[in-house]
Amino acid sequence: MQWEIVIGLEIHAQLTTASKIFSGSATTFGAEPNTQASLVDLAMPGTLPVLNAQAVKNAVKFGLAIDAEIGMTNVFARKNYFYPDLPKGYQISQMDLPIVGKGHVDITLDDGTVKRVGVTRAHLEEDAGKSLHEDFQGMSGIDLNRAGTPLLEIVSEPDMRSAKEAVAYARTIHSLVRYLGICDGNMAEGSFRCDCNVSVRPKGQTEFGTRCELKNINSFRFIERAINTEVQRQIELIEDGGTVVQETRLYDPNKDETRSMRSKEEANDYRYFPDPDLLPVVIEPSFVEQVRSELPELPQQKRERFQSEFGLSAYDASVLSASREMADYFEQVQRTCGDAKLAANWVMGELSSLLNKSDIEIDQSPVSAEQLGGMILRIKDNTISGKIAKMVFEAMANGEGDADQIIEARGLKQVTDTGAIEAMLDEVLAANAAQVEQYRASDEAKRGKMFGFFVGQAMKASRGKANPQQVNQLLKQKLDG
Amino acid sequence: MALDRSDVEHLAHLARIGLKEAEIPAYADKLSSIMGLIDRMQAVDTSGVQPLAHPLETTQRLRADVVTEDNQRDALQAIAPATEQGLYLVPRVIE
Amino acid sequence: MHEKTLAELSAALHSKAISSVELTEHYLARIQQLDGTLNSFITVTQELALEQARAADARLADGSAGPLTGIPLAHKDLFCTRGVRTSCGSKMLDNFVAPYESTVTQRFIDAGAVTLGKTNMDEFAMGSSNESSFYGPVRNPWNQELIPGGSSGGSAAAVAARLCAAATGTDTGGSIRQPSGFTGLTGLKPTYGRVSRWGMIAYASSLDQAGPMARTAEDCALLLQAMAGFDERDSTSVEHPVPDYSAELNQPLQGLRVGLPKEYFGEGLDAGIANTIDQAVKQLQALGAEIREVSLPNAELAIPAYYVIASAEASSNLSRFDGVRYGYRCENPTDLMDLYLRSREEGFGAEVKRRIMVGTYALSAGYYDAYYLQAQKIRRLIKNDFLAAFEQVDVILSPTSPIPAFRIGEKIDDPVSLYLTDIYTITANLAGVPGVALPAGFADDLPVGMQLLGPYFSEPRLLNVAHQYQQATDWHTRAPL
Repeated sequence: MQWEIVIGLEIHAQLTTASKIFSGSATTFGAEPNTQASLVDLAMPGTLPVLNAQAVKNAVKFGLAIDAEIGMTNVFARKNYFYPDLPKGYQISQMDLPIVGKGHVDITLDDGTVKRVGVTRAHLEEDAGKSLHEDFQGMSGIDLNRAGTPLLEIVSEPDMRSAKEAVAYARTIHSLVRYLGICDGNMAEGSFRCDCNVSVRPKGQTEFGTRCELKNINSFRFIERAINTEVQRQIELIEDGGTVVQETRLYDPNKDETRSMRSKEEANDYRYFPDPDLLPVVIEPSFVEQVRSELPELPQQKRERFQSEFGLSAYDASVLSASREMADYFEQVQRTCGDAKLAANWVMGELSSLLNKSDIEIDQSPVSAEQLGGMILRIKDNTISGKIAKMVFEAMANGEGDADQIIEARGLKQVTDTGAIEAMLDEVLAANAAQVEQYRASDEAKRGKMFGFFVGQAMKASRGKANPQQVNQLLKQKLDG
Repeated sequence: MALDRSDVEHLAHLARIGLKEAEIPAYADKLSSIMGLIDRMQAVDTSGVQPLAHPLETTQRLRADVVTEDNQRDALQAIAPATEQGLYLVPRVIE
Repeated sequence: MHEKTLAELSAALHSKAISSVELTEHYLARIQQLDGTLNSFITVTQELALEQARAADARLADGSAGPLTGIPLAHKDLFCTRGVRTSCGSKMLDNFVAPYESTVTQRFIDAGAVTLGKTNMDEFAMGSSNESSFYGPVRNPWNQELIPGGSSGGSAAAVAARLCAAATGTDTGGSIRQPSGFTGLTGLKPTYGRVSRWGMIAYASSLDQAGPMARTAEDCALLLQAMAGFDERDSTSVEHPVPDYSAELNQPLQGLRVGLPKEYFGEGLDAGIANTIDQAVKQLQALGAEIREVSLPNAELAIPAYYVIASAEASSNLSRFDGVRYGYRCENPTDLMDLYLRSREEGFGAEVKRRIMVGTYALSAGYYDAYYLQAQKIRRLIKNDFLAAFEQVDVILSPTSPIPAFRIGEKIDDPVSLYLTDIYTITANLAGVPGVALPAGFADDLPVGMQLLGPYFSEPRLLNVAHQYQQATDWHTRAPL
């Protein structure tokens, strides 16, 4: 049977605020346990929440960026369940009236096609603490530093039809929240977490199959693997005559399998009701307009501008706008050298492979955008050839200085003096007299192939420094007479 | 609405309240009579009435995003039942 | 000296006729002598009181004293007091030494008042008779076989027995007004949001409001002046300006429109109380008031709606008592579930457990609309009733309770009959309007309380009416012992 995969994502993005969503505690990652857990975070009797303005602003930014309806009156509700990392015995979240309503994002798939994915809603809530399972005489330790950190939970429509689409969506949201500066996107530290709702159905069937929720997957690679593993499990289960049970499952990357989680609250009766300690949040239209006017250029707008302003291909524009850091780097290179195409080629080519090899992000690149731009200038003014430039780039990556310093120090300046090149060519032709004979006896088609041999010999003789265009032109004159 | 033994057990479990077997009938009895009192409000037609969550119907004030709390761990853990290395201890949490 | 009102004591302190230390020692001695049987205090803070009294005497000497400086007060044991046990009348918090100060008690500290101790109360303020306290029932100073009312029964008994100059209480469904009525005091429940709830251990967040319990309206005005005001730590606290509560006390009552809700004077009202209130109405008429009949057509729905809303909020508010971060924890829990179940089973009393279960029920899947939402809609109807009534009258007058104080143990096995005694007080909490209770005479040698309700923020008017009545009567001067 042909199966169709249906995937929806719930993404928890920690908002980059200085203080927690309902208290004045710091949100710094990695502090000593419980040193950032204040009276409110510990749910001391008699304490009360007061909402952080920045969390509201960040959520509105996100809503505008996905073209969503903003919840002009939104309400906090309590989600009641007992767990040691949840000090109040309820999580303050939003239920009926979230701050961000229906919106959408466009994702670009590997083949360049663009697909629109619906965002059902995004709501503000507080994060829980952490249970540490190191053995304290059979006890777990609870650290509540994270409790109360603001989260934006972004819920997608079940619009994805493959693991790759799910990853593309997750990457798009990841890029977006980083562009907006509302989340640092650090998946290893849990600042950006994905839960995937996965189901399968026979192709052509309209109703959804029973879904399983895969919890807290902490890298894009694992999203793809976890979904594929889970899809495989569900298909095999159904084909063997079984049925999928709606449940929460945990992906184990070491075994590449998903397994059922013992449910936190077996009945899952969260008894949501409006939090009586908080009042409805009313957002003024003028506030929305102010936030809108402060929005940075977003990935999609950037992509379109890179195409129209720089004449880049859709693919190049989309790669270069994937992250704000990448786009900023590219634009700096472009500004320095004044050549968008060369800048794009170098950023996507040599620079990207260097970063991949060293497994670092572009903002930690050993070659600065100004350095790369400076080097491209030397290509453009014929000081060096493209080939020599690769050597210069490598040297810059090794910290040997700017392009000009390296060219000077290593004597890589291109030879453009016609007399010197002619003298060198004469030597090369004299040393290869037989081949010259052969060339002159050949027809046009054959000559074309042989010409490359002479160019190679000439470049070798000049140790790569002769200007290739001049070499070509002068060789042609000398051979063809 | 009369509550039976299983209702009481379910509610007590949801609320994480342990009950002695022998107490359950008395709880069922008293909770049923309370629910009987409460059910008097079912007779009223409230269609079209907006629920009222807060008497004054004002709106939420926002706090500036400023860190105002410093580390009070030692003082706050002095009243905790069980701590070690700055952590609150609970019987092992099984995921 | 304990026969003096707070205002008189303040004058005596300022004229140096007595010192705060003398006054404090006097009250401490009375507590020592009389409270063994009354049981109105859970904790007596003798050393703290004397230290504060000495500081107050210094302020009285250097001229920086205000009207409350040096006045010995008692606080209901649900206001967090730093370094002092704050039990909320529960075994759950028997060992809870609050790590911070509530806004209300901090304001009294700032005003230079003296804290004699923390008063007994129904467990987590859930009760109308002060019999649900872990620390045992409080006795009514007028007849020690009787309850003093609740939940602020300890504060009521302490002030009535002249063990302190005045006390704080909280009122969720009548917990200031009903015990004031049963013990011959003047007690004020302010408009919801008028007094900060920070540091006040929550029973039902959208109903709870703190207020003063004293001998006279004049004393209540002085106390409310210190308590009222905006607090940025309580989102439900209002930014409305605080008036001078003593300024209008002496306004004549000429033209005052007093409404008698017909629903409050029907079946179930004790004849002795009805007669007493009738006399009080005549007295107000004699002072110039016009009496009108008004209607609160949905009043009879207030009790069911209240027990849904209060219990629902309480079920969630009390989830934080889980034996993890503070408070009672059962011995040797075998696992996490056992920790929760036994800590809460052993730490909470029967009435608290019942209300938690009722609230859990009202919020649970499938019942939310029928209970919680229906109750919130009725709450709207009740508010609308008040808005309509206050179009016609300035204040609404009724008894505080349909029955006089009853015997300890009489209603302990019949929660519903106890709930029904809250009939006159509960509507004000649902609507959030202010109300004052004051002594209106005696029936069968027991004090009868009269309640005056007013529109939002009409505290100055309520205190004015009460004060004028007290200028014309002497019920408030009668002492039980």
